[in-house]
Amino acid sequence: MQPTSEANQRIARISAHLHPPNFQMEESFSLRRENCRAKGAGPGFKVAILGAAGGIGQPLSMLMKMNPLVSVLHLYDVVNTPGVTADISHMDTGAVVRSFLGQKQLEDALSGVDLVIIPAGVPRKPGMTRDDLFNINAGIVRTLCEGIAKCCPRAIVNLISNPVNSTVPIAAEVFKKAGTYDPKRLLGVTMLDVVRANTFVAEVLGLDPRQVDVPVVGGHAGVTILPLLSQVKPPSTFTPQETDYLTARIQNGGTEVVEAKAGAGSATLSMAYAAVKFADACLRGLNGDQGVIECAFVDSQVTELPFFASKVRLGRNGAEEIFPLGPLNEYERAGLEKAKKELAESIQKGVSFIKK
Amino acid sequence: MRGSLLLRSMRSSFTNSTSSISTHLTRRGYGTESVPERKVAVLGAAGGIGQPLALLMKLNPLVSRLALYDIAGTPGVAADISHINSRSEVAGYMGEEQLGQALEGSDVVIIPAGVPRKPGMTRDDLFNINAGIVKSLCTAISKYCPNALVNMISNPVNSTVPIAAEVFKKAGTYDEKKLFGVTTLDVVRAKTFYAGKGKIPVADVNVPVVGGHAGITILPLFSQATPKSNLSDEEIVALTKRTQDGGTEVVEAKAGKGSATLSMAYAGAIFADACLKGLNGVSDVVECSFVQSSITELPFFASKVKLGKNGVEEVLGLGHLSDYERQGLELLIPELKASIEKGVKFANQN
Repeated sequence: MQPTSEANQRIARISAHLHPPNFQMEESFSLRRENCRAKGAGPGFKVAILGAAGGIGQPLSMLMKMNPLVSVLHLYDVVNTPGVTADISHMDTGAVVRSFLGQKQLEDALSGVDLVIIPAGVPRKPGMTRDDLFNINAGIVRTLCEGIAKCCPRAIVNLISNPVNSTVPIAAEVFKKAGTYDPKRLLGVTMLDVVRANTFVAEVLGLDPRQVDVPVVGGHAGVTILPLLSQVKPPSTFTPQETDYLTARIQNGGTEVVEAKAGAGSATLSMAYAAVKFADACLRGLNGDQGVIECAFVDSQVTELPFFASKVRLGRNGAEEIFPLGPLNEYERAGLEKAKKELAESIQKGVSFIKK
Repeated sequence: MRGSLLLRSMRSSFTNSTSSISTHLTRRGYGTESVPERKVAVLGAAGGIGQPLALLMKLNPLVSRLALYDIAGTPGVAADISHINSRSEVAGYMGEEQLGQALEGSDVVIIPAGVPRKPGMTRDDLFNINAGIVKSLCTAISKYCPNALVNMISNPVNSTVPIAAEVFKKAGTYDEKKLFGVTTLDVVRAKTFYAGKGKIPVADVNVPVVGGHAGITILPLFSQATPKSNLSDEEIVALTKRTQDGGTEVVEAKAGKGSATLSMAYAGAIFADACLKGLNGVSDVVECSFVQSSITELPFFASKVKLGKNGVEEVLGLGHLSDYERQGLELLIPELKASIEKGVKFANQN
């Protein structure tokens, strides 16, 4: 264990040097809080989970507590965090866990944080679209982002709260208003679509799911989810029936679970897994690992829309490079047009929510 | 140490592995797979422990099939978990009629089923409800997968393990090497609290915990902890009490909303992983567990056990105890004895 922790300490020292607090930005509000690493914690990053006591938040918190790149874990929610924190704090892994309960503690929860994961909000019931959640979740996301802008403006933000197609633009508007917006640091989590795509494609191909990689672009709802089956690794061909089946199944994966749960909620465990997979990629990027590439919904020039999901390279500053879509076949080009139409509306809905 | 081994094997689930040497196979057989096929069943998979436990087992690359059983909610949990792109195939089973299918062919059966404590309750207060649940689940195990390793989480473990043993004996399928009361969470807590007090990285710590799985029957052996620390006698007493009351600590923090679920799922997954490694022939797999034992005069006792192809390969002795620990041992024996007898009596009367 010794060599690893020495290496981690070196890396932490180097990252701290390359990642200094931006004094210019923070001058506008006085440095009331030290933007420093938590004392007593080992090498690693400080992560906050907003909505930690919820259906996604709890298993997400458990998995982040197990992640060796996490040194401090802040669990925030409006209810129940003391219990969840007491539970998780017994796990014999290195991260120090702290509980934050209620809006009054939001700022403390966010102070000095490197990565903020936001699963907060209400889930779908059968018959609902992600957009039906808009009214409640939009307000929640706005409040949380105001806190982030104030307390940890340089943090990487992983936004899970649905509808992601709108909440990411909402977050961007909040950050722009606060003067803290960095498009590289705001990422809508679409990893679960990738996870589902890998699983369903592997099933059709008769392969181990761990060996399949399907890029999924566009957005994170229904037809805005665009799996690029023509770019699957390992290179594979699909019949038209398989293409239709897989595309529909990937797009409706979330609905599949909402219906199977018959009112008891939406995907929690697979969402927690996907969120941690993505958060881990962000942490590896922050850590200086090279070649960390995952799909994410980001501020993008890849299409004419202001936000779009595609493969991004994650580094010390978040999404440092956004990859273009690559070659699309005719089916995918048609899907892209359909996706962009709906996505444009969802993005506008989010932007308008803040601007009005 | 083994917690970090679990993390390492699971970490491969998180990083992209597109090293695609695999050929196109016509069915889900992964002929290139050299890891044995293993089926794990979780009974109580839709509950507070069951769900995160099912998630962790889905992420474990040693599992090839995962059966999730409960009396309600499993179709939803299975649909959710089945989307994860890891090795195992998941199936959900709901209701007693489907219990047999859930169990058939299982190598390991993990049982978190039952009700949790509320503030003010002891694990024994759960006895009446959980004893009946455990009895019927074990009856099915003896019928459908009598050779499986059984990991008992349902409380009070000090009684439910003896109940399981009696059910298996009646069915003629009892194998004392294959019945385990899961005490891993006590070990996890002992390590965490010891590391915190001694300011040692918890990944370097090992502490055996013996006895049983309730209150004073939990006996952490800090005198055997590694690495050594300079804790005073008072600090050791405080750590012992905190380990013994760790479960109550969480029940109270949750203020009526339940008992430990996430840390229990984590500990349960560590122990199940150890069982799978043992079955697969990995050497030197040692975990503390509550098993049939002759190291004290009690029929069941938790201590370090070596896990192998047939379950328990060797029950390790207690080792050297400090005076304080010897006292603790004397104190716990009557309570553990009573709990064991309560379980045996229940099984024989019902």
